[in-house]
Amino acid sequence: MTRPILEVDALERRFDVSAPWLNRLLERKPRRTLRAVDGVDFDILPGQTLALVGESGCGKSTIAKLVTGLHAPSDGKIRFNGDPTKMQMIFQDPFASLNPRWRVGRIVAEPLRTLFPDTTDAQAEARVGELLKTVGLSPADAAKYPHEFSGGQRQRISIARALAGEPEFLVCDEPTSALDVSVQAQVLNLMKRLQREMGLTYLFISHDLSVVRHMADVIAVMYLGRIVEIQPTADLFANPLHPYTRMLLDTIPDLEAPKRDRAPMGGEVPSPVSPPSGCTFHPRCPLSFDRCKRELPKRTPDVHDRRVACFAAAEGKTDV
Amino acid sequence: MTQPVLDVQGLRVEFPTRHGTLTAVDDISLTIGRGEILGVVGESGAGKSMTGMAILGLLEPPGRIAAGKILLSGDRIDTLTEQQLQAVRGRRIGAIFQDPLTSLNPLFKVGDQLVETIRLHTPMTRAQARRRAIELMQEVGIPAVEERIDNYPHQFSGGMRQRIVIALALCAEPELIIADEPTTALDVSIQAQITALLKRLCRERGTAVMLVTHDMGVIAETADRVAVMYAGRLAELGTVEDVVRRPQHPYTVGLMGSIPSLRRDESELQMIPGAMPRLNSIPSGCAFNPRCAQAGPKCSRDIPRIHGEGAACWLALEGATA
Ligand SMILES: Nc1ncnc2c1ncn2[C@@H]1O[C@H](COP(=O)(O)OP(=O)(O)OP(=O)(O)O)[C@@H](O)[C@H]1O
Ligand SMILES: Nc1ncnc2c1ncn2[C@@H]1O[C@H](COP(=O)(O)OP(=O)(O)O)[C@@H](O)[C@H]1O
Ligand code: SF4
Ligand code: SF4
Ligand SMILES: [Mg+2]
Ligand SMILES: [Mg+2]
Repeated sequence: MTRPILEVDALERRFDVSAPWLNRLLERKPRRTLRAVDGVDFDILPGQTLALVGESGCGKSTIAKLVTGLHAPSDGKIRFNGDPTKMQMIFQDPFASLNPRWRVGRIVAEPLRTLFPDTTDAQAEARVGELLKTVGLSPADAAKYPHEFSGGQRQRISIARALAGEPEFLVCDEPTSALDVSVQAQVLNLMKRLQREMGLTYLFISHDLSVVRHMADVIAVMYLGRIVEIQPTADLFANPLHPYTRMLLDTIPDLEAPKRDRAPMGGEVPSPVSPPSGCTFHPRCPLSFDRCKRELPKRTPDVHDRRVACFAAAEGKTDV
Repeated sequence: MTQPVLDVQGLRVEFPTRHGTLTAVDDISLTIGRGEILGVVGESGAGKSMTGMAILGLLEPPGRIAAGKILLSGDRIDTLTEQQLQAVRGRRIGAIFQDPLTSLNPLFKVGDQLVETIRLHTPMTRAQARRRAIELMQEVGIPAVEERIDNYPHQFSGGMRQRIVIALALCAEPELIIADEPTTALDVSIQAQITALLKRLCRERGTAVMLVTHDMGVIAETADRVAVMYAGRLAELGTVEDVVRRPQHPYTVGLMGSIPSLRRDESELQMIPGAMPRLNSIPSGCAFNPRCAQAGPKCSRDIPRIHGEGAACWLALEGATA
């Protein structure tokens, strides 16, 4: 069997979100901890795309930062079975992530300069030209500044920069969320082509299930810092196991079958500082029963082969 | 024919700059009837918000309405003075923007803001206005209103804040609501709640709604008719079924194709080559012609226009592009 390129095991990241110590002292408030990522496990096989989906604040970006080393784990393990210099990240905001005072050529060449310090100027220039062509821009664009480009073009520049380090593993945090759909299509097609041609592995983060369906081999659905369900893409859409996944799938507007008189799911995601007891989804779950309030469901080998963390799913229930 | 609530005829919005005049909205005509939701879609920069701002009389100078008419239930509102406009805004037109914090004052309790707005537009007493505020908050789905009415905006979640903004917009029972990307900053589950709320209110009160968004899925589930904008112009206007299922304009066709499907496997997404032009370099003729696979000689010469339902494309208008 192929060995995963990334293995994440019981990963946890806590943040201290207490009031400043003087306020705590005066108002007798306790320290407060927010568990942004809580007991997260997943593997990614080389050449595949694993997607993390979930609503705002569920911990997706925190996982991206843990995997790329921008945050240290509070607990658990991340094992990367590749060359650590061959991991790169692409961010959501193509405006903020490019230095506005640098010309595009310098931006794209930066990883070359740090990872391959022997590169001559002529080699760097030739490589930048090639990379710009790869992402659908022109070598002449190297002389321009980021503000001269549209959002989609800037995201292409980010991708060219990430490719300059000859990565094998890319962490992409909402790479198209700031883009219009027609531009998104251009960037997603580019990312798929590069994956095919270069054998790249992606950890792909998005809140958009249709984008994730298009891009991912495996989808992990997150709720309040935990993976509640993880399945190969086709299985997840054909047979969603977790009540939260089913709620998400029911809620997203579907162009091909619009539900014009839907009764939307009530409630909202609770505060991660004081999450509900037991299964944190229980206050919104149509299937919840007393055990859900007391006990935390885990993904286990005997329940759908570790694909879902839910007591109802364990008993084979999927409907109210 | 019954009179539409909103009737926009040939609206043109210009921004004079040092390098010449930019046309952000170019010859837009549309109507919205009682209880109808008109979706306005297009990529960022297409002119959606400027159309809404022009109707609200909120264009920032030097931006100005350079041509056209705007009628609200038959009354011209584009020629009003700022003072007259202020009376129309809030009372006859409500506004909901993407960021609820732009509509809420962080320093005042939400209940007080509702009470003030109600009293500005109606002759109610404080006590009556407070009762009305509580009713409105209940109507938009704020739980435990009596406890929450004296909270400040930052004490609510994003979805709750947007509900309060909707309550504010409803205070004076306006004839028209302009909602500019009201759910863009919200999670899908909250987005569905807010659009369902807008739809219910519109149906129950007969309010006309202009729903500006870049999300075709939201349009497909919410709007009755759709206006597609491109480079400041109308590309296509029609019923939601027609525009979503049988788009006529090559741009709308490309836009629909570029949205990843929730049901089908696609090895590649359809792409429209290139990008929407900037305002200072709108191509002559049909603004879409450099990106259009069907463009013919006429397309770079003459601007195709619609003033009613249809597609602003020479193929649809004349069945030919020569
Ligand atoms: N540096 C930090 N200090 C304190 N709390 C943090 C910090 N970074 C993230 N959090 C909290 O951790 C939780 C997870 O945040 P994260 O950014 O990972 O969410 P996300 O899933 O990426 O959301 P979004 O879809 O909004 O980008 C949130 O409640 C967030 O407020
Ligand atoms: N103050 C301004 N001066 C010049 N151009 C402007 C100004 N405000 C907006 N525009 C331009 O008007 C066009 C339409 O903008 P807008 O209506 O906000 O688009 P959207 O469809 O994204 O809501 C854009 O090209 C924008 O850059
Ligand atoms: S464990 Fe219980 S509350 Fe949680 S998702 Fe399953 S049924 Fe619902
Ligand atoms: S008018 Fe011509 S260029 Fe414009 S959309 Fe129609 S065919 Fe294409
Ligand atoms: Mg994030
Ligand atoms: Mg806008």
